[in-house]
Amino acid sequence: MKNIENKEGNETIDSLPSSTKLAIELKNITKRFGHVVANSDVNLKVSAGTIHGIVGENGAGKSTLMNILFGLYKPDNGTIFLNGQAVDVNSPEKSIALGIGMVHQHFMLVPTFTVLENAMLGNEGSMFLQSGEELVLDRLKGLSENYGLDVDFEAIISDTPVGMQQRVEILKALNRGAKILILDEPTGVLTPQETIGLFDILRSLREKGVTIVLITHKLKEIMSITDTVSVMRGGKVVANFSTEKTSPEELAENMVGRKVLLSIKKPTLKVGNPVLEVKNVSHESKDGVNVLKDISFDLRQGEILGIAGVAGNGQSELLDILSGIETLQRGQITVNDKTILPYQDWNSKKAREFGVAHVPEDRHKRGLVLPFYNYENSILGYHRNEEYSSGFLMDKRKIFNFVDDLVENFDVRPRSSSISSGKLSGGNQQKLVLAREIESNPKILLVGQPTRGVDIGAIERIYEDLMKLKSKGTAILLVSVELDEIMSLSDRIIVMNQGSIVGETNSSDATELDLGKMMSGLEKV
Amino acid sequence: MPESFQLIISLLDSTIRIATPLIFCAMAGIFSERSGIIDIGLEGKMLLSAFVAATATFLTGSPILGLFAAILASCSASLIHGFACITNRGDQVISGLAINILASGLTITLGIALFSRGGQTPPLASEQRFMPIEFPFLDQMSYVPILGDLYVEVISGHNIIVYLSVLAVLFTYYVIFKTRFGLRLRAVGEKPEAVDTAGISVIKLRYQSILIAGMLCGLAGAYLSIAHGAGFGREMSAGKGYIALAAMIFGKWNPIPTLFACLLFGFLEALGVRLEGVELMWIGEVPVQVMQALPYVLTVVLLAGFIGKARAPGAIGVPYSKEG
Repeated sequence: MKNIENKEGNETIDSLPSSTKLAIELKNITKRFGHVVANSDVNLKVSAGTIHGIVGENGAGKSTLMNILFGLYKPDNGTIFLNGQAVDVNSPEKSIALGIGMVHQHFMLVPTFTVLENAMLGNEGSMFLQSGEELVLDRLKGLSENYGLDVDFEAIISDTPVGMQQRVEILKALNRGAKILILDEPTGVLTPQETIGLFDILRSLREKGVTIVLITHKLKEIMSITDTVSVMRGGKVVANFSTEKTSPEELAENMVGRKVLLSIKKPTLKVGNPVLEVKNVSHESKDGVNVLKDISFDLRQGEILGIAGVAGNGQSELLDILSGIETLQRGQITVNDKTILPYQDWNSKKAREFGVAHVPEDRHKRGLVLPFYNYENSILGYHRNEEYSSGFLMDKRKIFNFVDDLVENFDVRPRSSSISSGKLSGGNQQKLVLAREIESNPKILLVGQPTRGVDIGAIERIYEDLMKLKSKGTAILLVSVELDEIMSLSDRIIVMNQGSIVGETNSSDATELDLGKMMSGLEKV
Repeated sequence: MPESFQLIISLLDSTIRIATPLIFCAMAGIFSERSGIIDIGLEGKMLLSAFVAATATFLTGSPILGLFAAILASCSASLIHGFACITNRGDQVISGLAINILASGLTITLGIALFSRGGQTPPLASEQRFMPIEFPFLDQMSYVPILGDLYVEVISGHNIIVYLSVLAVLFTYYVIFKTRFGLRLRAVGEKPEAVDTAGISVIKLRYQSILIAGMLCGLAGAYLSIAHGAGFGREMSAGKGYIALAAMIFGKWNPIPTLFACLLFGFLEALGVRLEGVELMWIGEVPVQVMQALPYVLTVVLLAGFIGKARAPGAIGVPYSKEG
């Protein structure tokens, strides 16, 4: 393990040309939530008219720092300088007045309002809406044209695609006269095409002199758009780079604090017979929406089949049906030569009996009972197995023996069987769920969003475990919105859009752009 | 004038009288709930302000002062509600219920302590009340068939607060949908984070909304004791606050439909009073309780099947916290 502590501090940024004016300077910012130190003595410098990236794992303190800059949180310590002036940003009102705008990770839009109403909120132009709307609409149309922020002002927000919602957020900030724009994980919900569009907008904003701070955990994006980048780890800024002088590997190393393998070694393995056959499955949601339309595919032994798609295009429902959570309404599923027909007795207990294990998309809702202890969570769903019980009682000693091995073998930290799972970090919670499902020796593993909210170190481990499982011959169905993940893990990829399969490709032939086009429903293959 | 027409005219007349406090309370509810604060305490605020109106009027002799005292009392109750559930993020239903219980107990206790009349206030003389206003041209209009009768019997001859209730509806509609304040108020009820991050104080907005609600409830209370009635009687709000809530939901938190819901519920009650003890064809005598329950039954039935889903403001009942 390479020691990188010597990068502590701000040497690199000081080597920037001294002529550039600093738009933002944060000095010794500290913020605690109870006993948790979210930001500890953070220093940050951003030059005017540049795009500055902040990378770091979940919980590294990026969002907290930006919320402090935006005035949502009050720092316990430290000073903020804007354009060289010390300022007291104690509320969003103040920060907006100082020319700071923020596009939050979860959009701050009123779903029942129109695009115009949302964009004008806070700067309505007049006491009375009618005259205000005319005034603001003029201004917004100008901004929209200048920066390529294409929106439909009449549309109701809840009917608009996320890409447009994001543009509304940017317009909203510009309507308030933002000269500094903070974007928190802006690409998480976007297709690759939408991401390209967003970056074009950001570049044209930079040209007009807007300073942009971009928070992300996607290193590729940092490399492609930022001028400078700061890495945060454990609430501190641990390194600053000029983007052209660094590499994804170096950034990752700084994020985690040790060397990480970003590439995955896929075991070469001949795929076997189909163990899961899905034929013409359709599904109607409770609201009467056709969420799945005529889905058919095979999954073979030792194969990883990736399902790509923007969140909310039927992937979740598909997982729910295959794992027995939802009733099968139409079509048929064959699991290990056993056929399930519509409205037949099919539930998650049965799924487990048939050798289907499931790592659900939302580990908090479905993977774990958060207040439960690790030893309870790690047999959840398998608690009826004889190996954990004596008679009709649960046998704690047997459970503990099993769980102690489990947390050891799968590197769940802290290595404790009797800590409540809610206290683990996201990555360790995910490792626990995955461990439980892998230990059941499944024939088929359904995995939803395996690395959502999981830090890089744990991601590495999770990928390794999945590959190990694959080489044992387990068939894996991988649903993820992270295209990189799908492309690097899967043997084959199918793409879903609006409940249909819109394309299929071998992962060796797949390019991000092609998949992106399919994901946005633009192109059928 | 045929007897059935006479009956309809007098039913409409009492409909308006009964609906007036409902309208004020329902508009109050709209202001409060559109901003995200459940206002189950309408009932208590109305009761409290009815008591204060009667007491202040009796003591000062001026119904105008009584009205202002009522508004003040109701706004104080609103502030208690706000302190509990806006500032301290308490449960809004519990806080509202507490106000209802407090008002119920406090009015009786104070009433007995002040006047020793079993919780009632002394009766008010006519000049101490808001009296019916006679419209001009009554004589001439009474010769016009139908329209004239409506003008003379239904439109004219109510006290000033009744006419104010119509203004209250227009006021509510205009403020909520046509002003900057209204846009922000609706936004804060749907998604307070959006308002906060737009640099607008969620807390201030919500306090403003519940204070407006307090004023409207104060008018409702004053109507009961110093306009429609001539003094305070214990529990004289008699569940009107809850009916107003039902009307507001029925009207989907929109002022104009809510006005009609209030009128409908008022009409049902007027009808119930009229039908008390009357033998109906085939049915026989309808127990008065059935008529009293009708607004609630109607709300449930209509909401369940006929008028589509009533969608409450998105963030209603959820205390706002920045760092949660």
